Amino acid sequence: MSLPRSTLARSLGLVLGAAAVLLIASEALGAYDDLQLADGSYYYMVLAGLTVLTGLSGQISLGHGALMAVGAYTVALLIGDEHWALVPALAAAVAVSAIVGVLVGAAASRLRGPYLAGATLAFAIGLPSLAEKYSGTFGGANGLVIEPPAVPSFLGAGFPLERWEAWIAGVGVLAVVFAVNNLVRSGVGRSLRAVRDDEIAASLCGLHVGRVQTLAFVVSAACAGLGGGMLAVVLQLAAPGAFELGLSLSLLTAIVLGGLGSQLGAIWGAAVLVLLPTWTNDIARSFSLSNQVSANLPLAIYGVVLIAAMLAWPSGIQGALRRIAGLARRSWLGSRELDSHSTSGSGGVTHEST
Amino acid sequence: MRAHRYGLRTTGALCALVVAAVVAGCGSSSSSSAPGVTATSITFGTHQPLTGPAAPGYSEIAPASQAFFDYLNAQGGIYGRKIHLIIKNDEYNPTQTVSVVHELVLKDNVFGIFEGLGTPTHTKVVGFLNSSKVPDMFVASGCPCWDKGSTQPYTFGWQPNYTIEGKILGQYIKQHFAGKKVGVFYQDDDFGNGGLAGIEDEVPASQIVSKQPYQSGTTNVAPQISAIKAAGAEVLVDFTVPIYTALGQLTSFTLGYKPQLVVSSVGIDPTTVGGLLKTYSKGKAGTELIEGAITDGYLPSVAETSNPWIALFKRIKDQYDPGAPLDGNVEYGMATAYTLAQALELAGKSLTREKLVEAVNEKGAELSGPGLVPFRYSKTEHGGYGGAEIGQVRAGKIVLFGGPLLTEPTAGSPITPYTKAQPSPPSSGVSVP
Repeated sequence: MSLPRSTLARSLGLVLGAAAVLLIASEALGAYDDLQLADGSYYYMVLAGLTVLTGLSGQISLGHGALMAVGAYTVALLIGDEHWALVPALAAAVAVSAIVGVLVGAAASRLRGPYLAGATLAFAIGLPSLAEKYSGTFGGANGLVIEPPAVPSFLGAGFPLERWEAWIAGVGVLAVVFAVNNLVRSGVGRSLRAVRDDEIAASLCGLHVGRVQTLAFVVSAACAGLGGGMLAVVLQLAAPGAFELGLSLSLLTAIVLGGLGSQLGAIWGAAVLVLLPTWTNDIARSFSLSNQVSANLPLAIYGVVLIAAMLAWPSGIQGALRRIAGLARRSWLGSRELDSHSTSGSGGVTHEST
Repeated sequence: MRAHRYGLRTTGALCALVVAAVVAGCGSSSSSSAPGVTATSITFGTHQPLTGPAAPGYSEIAPASQAFFDYLNAQGGIYGRKIHLIIKNDEYNPTQTVSVVHELVLKDNVFGIFEGLGTPTHTKVVGFLNSSKVPDMFVASGCPCWDKGSTQPYTFGWQPNYTIEGKILGQYIKQHFAGKKVGVFYQDDDFGNGGLAGIEDEVPASQIVSKQPYQSGTTNVAPQISAIKAAGAEVLVDFTVPIYTALGQLTSFTLGYKPQLVVSSVGIDPTTVGGLLKTYSKGKAGTELIEGAITDGYLPSVAETSNPWIALFKRIKDQYDPGAPLDGNVEYGMATAYTLAQALELAGKSLTREKLVEAVNEKGAELSGPGLVPFRYSKTEHGGYGGAEIGQVRAGKIVLFGGPLLTEPTAGSPITPYTKAQPSPPSSGVSVP
């Protein structure tokens, strides 16, 4: 029952478990659901990085949609124009967005609160419009189109493209799960938390606050770049319409709604990003209203769901689940403890202290 | 103790993944041998800009098609099959188009896609639709990129290829505004570029003094219009969607620039552009800003109330889509729906995706209906109408004159008059050759 103590071994175990789950899920699902799994996967990559930034290092970013755009355009240019293979192109997307992350992060580490939000907001609005300014290279509003990833022949002729895309995105998820899980429990993770909780105390301990914050930005930018690159592979398209301000805002909404600072929250956040628009659209259509009303209704429903969710679960889905699980465990442990009190009197309550 | 806690956390993580995967799988994923078609129904899907920059005007198209199908369905449909249309909003955003078309094909299991709207949008799904062998009928765009029947056998255009429109407008400019300086204001994609190619094919290069592209989604076109004005253009050619025709004219008005306007059929519908002008100027301007504009049309003008097709469309609109105005967009939606119904009739009772494609390949060029000119359909050529008639905005309405013209998009091919008379609509259903 007990898991290995080393972080590395634990992360590997987690990755293997997640791989098995993703594999089974992709086999069991139909083509459209495989595609949604792939969508959810690239959102997860971005949200996991954003969780490190906001949850662990305490910085806010309204500009991660633009970092996704960096990854997506890198992949689209390298695969479309330079005919690179998939894996090196994705690696390049991570590298390029990490470099952009260094630049933005260095500026961001000097800013606090609303100024940081404002600077990253400007980044989110400004960067995608470069695609329109230099439309010769980036294809303008029309975007860049790439060929769908070729399904390897050993998988058989009838292997659905959507499942193959889900697999590719799944491998990306595993890489992020592994990297982030290790980082969170490493010395770097502790430095990030120290800086988040008290910058003065952290610098008295010898930590370079600005450098630690920049590092957090770089990590999250690399994750966003991978997510964006994966988006380009799954949609076979990099176009500015995908990276509008709304994306950056909904990424932030998703980690808050999922549960800030928790890796599981990133999974819930990704599920929300993929499924909520479909649900709101279905609800809007089920009212059989005029097209003009029902076309605008999904956004209104989305807003209502957000408000309701934040009122009901201020700590997000993950927070709500943890509370429910806590209650259940307490009542279970409580009843067991009563039993054990009557026989041996051992104190099982210490399990609860976290 | 530590291990126990981590154990719980890991188990929690795996549980979350499973739940997320299962929740993702909640949609229907049934597949049948002939998707979207039963003995009593046939379902098409479409992607339309119901909101966003292209929505004004264009959002009326799919509901008008729906109204025409309702009219046919009330008469028993085609071979007893009622035609259903699932309309999805892609906001004229290519990324959204990819999502909604995947949803229509893979989740809603539609038989085909019908009048998917827009060049920048639809180009992103043509590859997917053709590799999935899904009929992609009558794209609502005149991009030359739909014409390639041999490489994209499932995709069909419908309206005239933009280069054909550009050539016909270009010939008019050459004949009637000879020697005058011409400026072109165009959307920076295959729509604008296709139209520009047609203009350049007819108008001498020395006469074109300025070519200014705009990006769909931009809100300021003053730089482009100022540049065209500064170049001294006396004729302004617009390859624009309605909202940019309106923005361009308001900007010209503010700059005190009054060139002869020439606008492709895509961006001139007076009801739409007039409405936009009114909204943007807070009621101060209207159709007078496009009065006298030269344009072209391949369907009878909605102002011709005596035309039997316009009378039919008005009757259908009043009964099934009463909230909509009778404008060029509604006419477009109904006319396309008529062509789809004809194609379904031609494809026969035992309908398959391949049979629908074959029917248009073999008989599409013989189809007649509300169009003023014939289609160009063949096995290798999937472009729509082969020409148009010149028109002008007079008293806020489009008046066509001079008779329909036919041409090919290839550079240098001649423009010839087309004289065959338009047939009247059948008293019920559709008529096929």
